Amino acid sequence: MKHTIAILVEDLPGVMARVAGLFTRRGFNIESIAVGHSEIPGISRMTIIVSGDEKVLEQIIKQLNKLIDVIRVRDIPAENIIERELVLVRVHVDSLPIRSEIIQLVEIFKAKVVFVERNTMTIEMSGDEEKVGGFLNLLKPFGIREIVRTGRIAITRSSKNGLKV
Amino acid sequence: MELSGTEIIVECLKQEKIKVIFGIPGAAIMPLYDTFGKYEPLPFKNILTRHEQGAVHAADGYARATGEVGVCVVTSGPGATNLVTGLANAHMDSVPLVAFTGQVPTALVGNDAFQEVDITGITLPITKHNYIARKVGDLASIIKEAFYIARTGRPGPVLIDIPKDIQLAKGNFNYPEKINRKGYNPSYRGHIKQIKSAAMKIMEAKKPVIISGGGVINANAVPELMKIVIKTNIPVVNTFMGLGSFPTNHHLFLGMLGMYGQYTANQLVSNADLIIALGTRFDDRITGNLNQFCPQADIIHIDIDPAEIGKNISIKIPIVGDLKNILQQLNNFIGGKEHNLWLQELQEIRAKDPVSREDNDPLLHSRFIMKALNELFKGEAIIVTDVGQHQMWAAHYTRVNYPRHFISSGGLGAMGFGLPAAIGTKIGCPHKTVICISGDGGFQMNIQELATAIYNRLSIIVILMNNGYLGMVRQLQELFYDKRYVSTLLAGNPDFVKIVEAYGGIGFRVDKQEDFFPTLEKASRKNQFVLIDCHIPAEENIFPLVKPDSSINQMIGVD
Ligand SMILES: Cc1ncc(C[n+]2csc(CCOP(=O)(O)OP(=O)(O)O)c2C)c(N)n1
Repeated sequence: MKHTIAILVEDLPGVMARVAGLFTRRGFNIESIAVGHSEIPGISRMTIIVSGDEKVLEQIIKQLNKLIDVIRVRDIPAENIIERELVLVRVHVDSLPIRSEIIQLVEIFKAKVVFVERNTMTIEMSGDEEKVGGFLNLLKPFGIREIVRTGRIAITRSSKNGLKV
Repeated sequence: MELSGTEIIVECLKQEKIKVIFGIPGAAIMPLYDTFGKYEPLPFKNILTRHEQGAVHAADGYARATGEVGVCVVTSGPGATNLVTGLANAHMDSVPLVAFTGQVPTALVGNDAFQEVDITGITLPITKHNYIARKVGDLASIIKEAFYIARTGRPGPVLIDIPKDIQLAKGNFNYPEKINRKGYNPSYRGHIKQIKSAAMKIMEAKKPVIISGGGVINANAVPELMKIVIKTNIPVVNTFMGLGSFPTNHHLFLGMLGMYGQYTANQLVSNADLIIALGTRFDDRITGNLNQFCPQADIIHIDIDPAEIGKNISIKIPIVGDLKNILQQLNNFIGGKEHNLWLQELQEIRAKDPVSREDNDPLLHSRFIMKALNELFKGEAIIVTDVGQHQMWAAHYTRVNYPRHFISSGGLGAMGFGLPAAIGTKIGCPHKTVICISGDGGFQMNIQELATAIYNRLSIIVILMNNGYLGMVRQLQELFYDKRYVSTLLAGNPDFVKIVEAYGGIGFRVDKQEDFFPTLEKASRKNQFVLIDCHIPAEENIFPLVKPDSSINQMIGVD
């Protein structure tokens, strides 16, 4: 079972290492980890995607809560979540027809061409896991040169359920 | 007023009422040691150990014996890495410590400078929290926070790494009154509904057992536990860390639980219908095979650390909070109970317990030695042990009637703990008799601390259980590895009596049973550091024991 864990942490050096280290040390499997500033100065938000059963999840949350720099931790139920991931992908383009085929895909997926060379195009795309996966799958036959993904970030649908200090 | 970083550190230690620090200087911490030299008078004792591991174990022993925070101060690089075992040890056993490490100047951090190590990185998983001070202005609040974190909630070690330039820099000294960390709020109260339902369960149970862990000692909840037991007549087992939380000479004391636990304790826990687990983390050495751990019992678990609840076994009624507090409240909701049938079952099981059997073995063996200690010191001495068979013999046979009177490395099982921990204990409790029970293997892991003990005139009695082997491992080889004694014979052992004498202490050697008690009496009158080198049978075993992965009621060596 996949879980999305939202965490508020103090913005201090080494916090990422503390959080990530806890996962490895305790044998929890991180699928994705993303971190950035929050709306509050000095506090960052992390989104961590992990897989494990309910028991594992409970331990993860309790252990995260023990970290001094961690302010709040919450498992966000799937139905309550808006998830996004940003991907930059460079794809091989060797002819004009292919170029226009790719541009069509970009339009359908509301992606964006951010750089063009003679033989490649670099595309920016964001969406939930399914959309990103689908897009990359369609690009695959053209020859993908490079993929860079941010990892997933998530926010609750309703402000009522948001994770606050 | 402007102070240097090192003066700020001393002022903070003064505010925290620290009475003693243990450590060894080096280039990166010299400004701090130099400041110690300038203070007239220095507000705490400064003990030079002979190894940093000695310093951290001594601080640990001091903390366990007194309940105060232990402090050690060492240099960067090798000084800092020598703390690792001691920090892990304190972390596993929830001992409050603050360790100061020197660090190379800020400008060199990250450059692989001379004696630089990333000690905060290294100790991340073995401290409750750690810091690197990057500004002199942060020092006071870091130190305040470190002591607060070390001693509150579930106690543990905290490390503060201080670059040399930060020690030398000048800043304002302002000791903060309050800590404000949004992410650190240990809960003390305990959920009242849960406490009530626990009380109900306790009143309904036919075969209840209390498992009393180290948390009971940490929370100073020993009197509250006793009150409940007197009211309800529920028998008590101690975990290894819980030794001292309930007097071993009480008629409702069943013994220690677990792999090297006692038969009675393991049987009763296995037959119980209700387990009341207090301040214990259900370590695998306690539970044996998890699937067969007290199969008929519901479990009430009370602990300050929510992460321990449900970590290893599933809990019927969890209560998170301070044990003293919660036991007090629990007491209000429970009434008197007799439990005659259950206590009768206890007597029947106890009759089969090899630990309680008399023996007429004429050799100078472990049980005899431990019982002689009981006879002379009447359970009033503080017992500090190293790690091995002797540790388990001490746990089984010595009388421990008070909290903080059995000091031993539980979770980590770190050989070399005994002697330095006894040093810390004696410094913390100068008016108590301190007995260090050690093995010939473990004693040699921090034997250099003889100098620390003897130079500081610490009257510790070391009972060296000399079997010429790494006994505990040899026993496992005997039982489970076809007696291939690979690397367990301690060939080349020194003459321990001469070693102690060379350091200026007193040594006796005892080979025969009849010589032990008179020697012990003599040692106790000396008021000096004395080592009694006891030559015990080389292949004496610790029994009974639970085979790895077995259920704890299946013990080897009962009959
Ligand atoms: C630092 C460390 N190294 C190794 C071990 C593994 N170990 C556990 S008990 C033991 C033997 C202890 O021998 P000794 O100190 O002579 O005590 P005895 O068991 O003979 O009483 C060993 C090697 C350990 N616990 N700690």
